[in-house]
Amino acid sequence: MLPFRIPIRDWISSMVDYLSTQFAVVFDSISDLVLFLVDNFKDGLLALHPLVLIVIIGLITYRMAGLTMAIVAVFGLFIVENIGLWIAFNETLALVLSAEVFVVVLGLPLGILAAGSDRFNGLIRPILDFMQTMPAFVYLIPAVMFFGLGLVPGVIATFVFAIPPLIRLTNLGIRQVPKELIEASDAFGATRTQKLLKVQMPVALPTVMAGVNQSIMLGLSMVVIAAMIGAGGLGADVLRGISRLQVGQGFEAGLAVVILAIILDRITAGFGQMKKPN
Amino acid sequence: MSTIEVKNISKIFGPRPERAFKLLEQGMSKEEVQKKLGLVIGVYDISFEVKSGEVFVIMGLSGSGKSTLERLLNRLHDPTRGSIIIDGKDITKMDHKELIQFRRKAFSGMVFQNFAILPHRTVLGNVEFGLELHGIDKEKRQKRAREVIEVVGLQGYENSYPSELSGGMQQRVGLARGLALDADILLMDEAFSALDPLIRREMQDELLELQTKMKKTIIFVTHDLDEAFKIGDRIAILKDGKMVQLGTAEEIIVNPKDEYVRAFVEGLDRTGVFTAGTIMQPVKATAHVNDGLNTVLHKIRRAGLSSMLLVDSERKLHGYLKAEEVAEEVKKKSVDEEKKPDSSLIHTPETVHPDTQLTEVIELYSESAGPIAVVDDNNKLRGVIVRGAIIAALSKGYKPEDNGYTSETTADEKVE
Repeated sequence: MLPFRIPIRDWISSMVDYLSTQFAVVFDSISDLVLFLVDNFKDGLLALHPLVLIVIIGLITYRMAGLTMAIVAVFGLFIVENIGLWIAFNETLALVLSAEVFVVVLGLPLGILAAGSDRFNGLIRPILDFMQTMPAFVYLIPAVMFFGLGLVPGVIATFVFAIPPLIRLTNLGIRQVPKELIEASDAFGATRTQKLLKVQMPVALPTVMAGVNQSIMLGLSMVVIAAMIGAGGLGADVLRGISRLQVGQGFEAGLAVVILAIILDRITAGFGQMKKPN
Repeated sequence: MSTIEVKNISKIFGPRPERAFKLLEQGMSKEEVQKKLGLVIGVYDISFEVKSGEVFVIMGLSGSGKSTLERLLNRLHDPTRGSIIIDGKDITKMDHKELIQFRRKAFSGMVFQNFAILPHRTVLGNVEFGLELHGIDKEKRQKRAREVIEVVGLQGYENSYPSELSGGMQQRVGLARGLALDADILLMDEAFSALDPLIRREMQDELLELQTKMKKTIIFVTHDLDEAFKIGDRIAILKDGKMVQLGTAEEIIVNPKDEYVRAFVEGLDRTGVFTAGTIMQPVKATAHVNDGLNTVLHKIRRAGLSSMLLVDSERKLHGYLKAEEVAEEVKKKSVDEEKKPDSSLIHTPETVHPDTQLTEVIELYSESAGPIAVVDDNNKLRGVIVRGAIIAALSKGYKPEDNGYTSETTADEKVE
């Protein structure tokens, strides 16, 4: 219809070029920070003898989700170790945990801000919608542009994909705190900070923890996709299984992802109920 | 000790609320303004004063603006117009920081209909909440909290969570949270309305008992007239955001300002409101201590009574005489008719004070055969209680005659 083509691709390319050269320092330091986190998680996890780590995870699961789940977790971890995916398993765990650290550090304050201001909420809601409906693959492009191939863009893409539910549920949880509780804290002379820390956050905690749980699950669903840009871990084993048509190996790696997902899901779901009596 | 002075306070919800005033001043009703401008009238042009140590009740049906009015007092709502002066300071002019400081200083928080206690904290944690906000150190605030928990009768439940408590107990926590603070003004918003009737009465009694010790200034919102009259020193009745009447329970019952108040008052349990002073009848005929037997008999016969009260020149009560006994005595001592009655003829009547409540008067009446005399602190006869008057007072729409005593404040002026 138009005599010319709207050059969206040129705009985006030149913007990415511009940013990656002008703000190289920023991206480098983000990159360093991500690597630092992932490496430390990974080294920390792998420094322990598999048996010790299995016992620790088993105990945490027992505390958060009961005996049955703890047995399931320990059994699952033994299988992972047995089929030789222990290192890949811990790499993936480190990647997901690192991404989750960024999600919580940024998502919580954003959710709190959104709950406190209708204007800010109105502003970020379409952005969150956009982030969640955009196919996950698309995130890989800017991530690779700014951070190259490897672990770092994998964590960044996972982070972007996983942050919306935490922001949304933090916002929702705080907004759902009963009006009378807010009035009560005001009537007793609470400052804004006191109100947030002593009333709003504790009452909203189960909902916030549901957000943490959701974002971890979304992060895990990115594992294979992130492996396509070289994030490694279990995702890489799945990809290798697909590309070499080794159905068995692909399935084993997939099974390990599922075991990780079940354990993380049960533990974080338990957090939400922790402070409630009985 | 705090006094509250509310001057022409109005609260209108909605954008550009000032628009409503012009229409309201023209006498347009709440609904009409609401329809025309889409603004909600919370309260309109209300003024009153609350004395220190008073239990001031704000009464009205739902939508009358009573809760809004209460929330204006600590500025949970910002007033649209008017001022609220507490201890000489206009709270409507304070900024956010000053307001928080003032709330801490002047208010013992607030007690809510649905308790509004924190579900993630134990009873102890809830009661110390106010003190914690004020930055009191842990040991001190927990000591204070434990004291108050004992006052409201929750000892042994310090470490229970709200979900483990009954409604009545939860509200005790809500009350204790307020009482833990030293500040003078306690706001209570339908505090007992969610409780079942038995517990509600128990809590009312306890509040009154506590109040005799702590003497806080309590602003109590309720929709229940019985409750209002039971605990309120004075009651403000609200309708459609306006104050219809302000007065003591008795003033409102005896003199309802309009149909709305009258309709309310009709459904009331009156025994707790009326006093001997309200229902007593003036004494038309008395015997004087210097009267001879014959004169007394003559007086009794003329008045057509079965007994007669005996007073001296200062109207101090000395006892009463029974008609039949006097007649017999006169027959016997026909010689000396001017002899004064023997002390054996003079009986001691039941006496009540004008402020005695009707319930007690009824009790006395069922126990005694003789008349019930109403005497003041100096044993001066003020009136008598007649059976008919008690029954009349219990009926709807009762309006006592002018018997020279309607309330404490006017009694002295009216007695001759």
